[in-house]
Amino acid sequence: MDETSKNIPENDIKLPTGEKLVVSSSPHLSSPERTSKIMGRVLLALAFPAAAGIWYFGLRAAWVILLTTVFCVAAEAVWCKLAGKPVKATILDGSAAVTGVILALNLPPHVPFYVPLIGAVLAIWVGKQIFGGLGYNPFNPAVVARVGLLIALPAIMTTWPAPRGMNNSYPSFKEFKTSVDAVTCATPLSIAGTLPKITGRDFYAEKNFKKIDSPELIKKYFIGCKGGSIGETCIPAIIFGAILLVCFNLINWRVPICYVGTVAIVTGVVNYFCPGVTPSPLFHLVTGGLMFAAVFMATDMVTCPITGTGCVIFAVGCGVITSVIRIWGNYPEGVSFSILFMNALVPLIDKASALRPFGHAPKKSGEAAK
Amino acid sequence: MTFKNGIHPVYHGKELSESAEIKTAPLLARYTVPLAQNAGKPPEVAVNPGDHVKKYQLIAKASGFVSANLHSPVSGTVKGVIEVPGPMGVPAKAVEIIPDGLGEEMEPLPAMNWQTAEPKALLDRIAECGLVGMGGASFPTHVKLSPPPDKKIDTLILNGAECEPFLTADHRLMLEDPESVLIGAAVMGRILGIRDRVFIGVEMNKIDAIHRLNEKAEEYDVKIIPLKVQYPQGSEKQLINAITGREVPAGGLPMDARCVVQNTGTAAAVTDAVLRGRPLVERVVTVTGSVVKNPGNWKLLIGTPVIEAVKLAGGVTEEPGKLILGGPMMGFAQKSFDVPVSKNTSGILLLPQDQAVNYRSGNCIRCGRCVQGCPMHLMPCAIAAAVESYRFDLAQKHHVMDCLECGACAYVCPAKRPLVQHNRRAKAEIRRLMPKK
Repeated sequence: MDETSKNIPENDIKLPTGEKLVVSSSPHLSSPERTSKIMGRVLLALAFPAAAGIWYFGLRAAWVILLTTVFCVAAEAVWCKLAGKPVKATILDGSAAVTGVILALNLPPHVPFYVPLIGAVLAIWVGKQIFGGLGYNPFNPAVVARVGLLIALPAIMTTWPAPRGMNNSYPSFKEFKTSVDAVTCATPLSIAGTLPKITGRDFYAEKNFKKIDSPELIKKYFIGCKGGSIGETCIPAIIFGAILLVCFNLINWRVPICYVGTVAIVTGVVNYFCPGVTPSPLFHLVTGGLMFAAVFMATDMVTCPITGTGCVIFAVGCGVITSVIRIWGNYPEGVSFSILFMNALVPLIDKASALRPFGHAPKKSGEAAK
Repeated sequence: MTFKNGIHPVYHGKELSESAEIKTAPLLARYTVPLAQNAGKPPEVAVNPGDHVKKYQLIAKASGFVSANLHSPVSGTVKGVIEVPGPMGVPAKAVEIIPDGLGEEMEPLPAMNWQTAEPKALLDRIAECGLVGMGGASFPTHVKLSPPPDKKIDTLILNGAECEPFLTADHRLMLEDPESVLIGAAVMGRILGIRDRVFIGVEMNKIDAIHRLNEKAEEYDVKIIPLKVQYPQGSEKQLINAITGREVPAGGLPMDARCVVQNTGTAAAVTDAVLRGRPLVERVVTVTGSVVKNPGNWKLLIGTPVIEAVKLAGGVTEEPGKLILGGPMMGFAQKSFDVPVSKNTSGILLLPQDQAVNYRSGNCIRCGRCVQGCPMHLMPCAIAAAVESYRFDLAQKHHVMDCLECGACAYVCPAKRPLVQHNRRAKAEIRRLMPKK
């Protein structure tokens, strides 16, 4: 079957010499995914709550976001320089910027400049770099910073300016710039927390939360006409960001769904049987930092379990703790503490929800997890 | 139909050569036929320097059961046994043959009527013709088709998935010569004593091949199974799982799941051996890559130096950065263009210099893409973390010995961590440390 005629013109064929050949292990192709691209897409999803926050709280909020991001990146650069790590490569992976934006969206809109500064140092140095850098931290750096700031500067961290549209006032963008004119208000959650505890026959009284929990008010809370930190007030923006994150395979969809679902169920059950103890579950969903945390903070890849079942356990745990703190705890908001607590349990959750490798029999206890 | 997990490489490169018809290569000036072209013991040389050999003449005899015969691809003079660059990076022994252009061939072995011949006779013919697995593992075919008596085989699966990017050799073979493949499947089914569970799994991106095979499949009692395009669909464990739903037990072989898996190219070679009495001396190879001038599929004789195959494809447009024998996900990178084509060389792939990927140990961001991609349901990130700390015992607990080294994890990792490389290292260390049974 072989032909003996040679029909190749020898002169115009360029043959390889083999001098540039690289010999390395397979695989020899890799996908175009990069850590920095992932961080870039997360920033894109964060842009929506950020934009909503700036619309509601004015240019001062934009300034806070900018400051926090710059301080975070700078803090990482300083640490890398001191620790002898490659500065440019570490900054360019984008994780410090993402931490900065998430932290900023957790701060009240009109904080003085030193709050982002301390927050950045707490988030990057204490929350991430002392453990070894990206991927090694057990706790979400933004949550670490927020909790640290809350405990260190409680007054500043609980002063909430009124957003545009809250008292039916729509000051122009320019008028909204300075913090001096900002009227402070109380967030719905903090009001719920300060209402007197009910005992006796009024335990089941519904009228306790009527002033802050009614369908019209829920609608207002939903679109963002309430006090709160920069990113947590406008729920539609957060939901849009969540859709982006899930579509780009950046977060595990089980975490936000199970987290929010658990809070709804727990508060719903308590509210059904004892309406005087806590407002309705819908109130809990649209107030406070729950939606923002469920979408952007609990889902942080580094501090979240790796398997799907693990993520469900993690999210349910967060939901239970958040509800318990909100209903019975002294703090009005329980989100940050719940995330930190469950972050600490993630290694155990990973171990408990380990996959069954292909070709191995299910474990004897009947726990054939995927 | 498919298995769980797996990845979808973005650039599959098959468009470079999937419409190129198989061309036959012209005679070259020199062939270096490697001795070790099969798993198991290499055959023993049966010719001396200066001997004149005809095409298809035996030049090396199988040494033992798990070994394969080797036949001359051309008529010419044996110059001697020399050392050539081997596909694994170590020099390999090869028989150098200078063709004389006379084209003298050995008499073909008598054609067998495969429908009536004894299975043992068919098996002997396959062994005589030096058939090995042509998908890459090059396991002697007659050994695979003789499972131990306590393993009952009820399914024969032909691997037409060709899931590796860039490779199109099996695709063109199924498209241009489907009967060879079908007859080979039927012959192997007869040897194994299987009547109605002979399947050919083909990925959906080869829909034309599926149609062509389906035209005649019923005649030979073979069923064509379209499979989802997913890597590594062609891995035999995943193929068995996709088609039959069974899982090969960890550390076991397909026969432990009552299946035998063979490559479609091997099936075509079986047809050549049984119907035409010809031993295995040539195979279809895809010569491709974006730096190759005319990528395509060629029928190459074993012992063809790769540089000649590249010349057939019109040479290169720029100096390549990597020469890979096989596919880009599991193939072996070579350091020399003088390495010869073997019975299991499915592809010659040249990558440009800027695509010669160098993996670096970036930080693991625990994104979980490797876990989503691993077809064996392992956690490559956890294994790599253990290996980086020299904890090979932890790596073993994470079942690294089950790793197929398919490359799916390293492909998807956004931090470009060398996951497969870590797995290979861990497996080598564990084998070294494990007491020999």
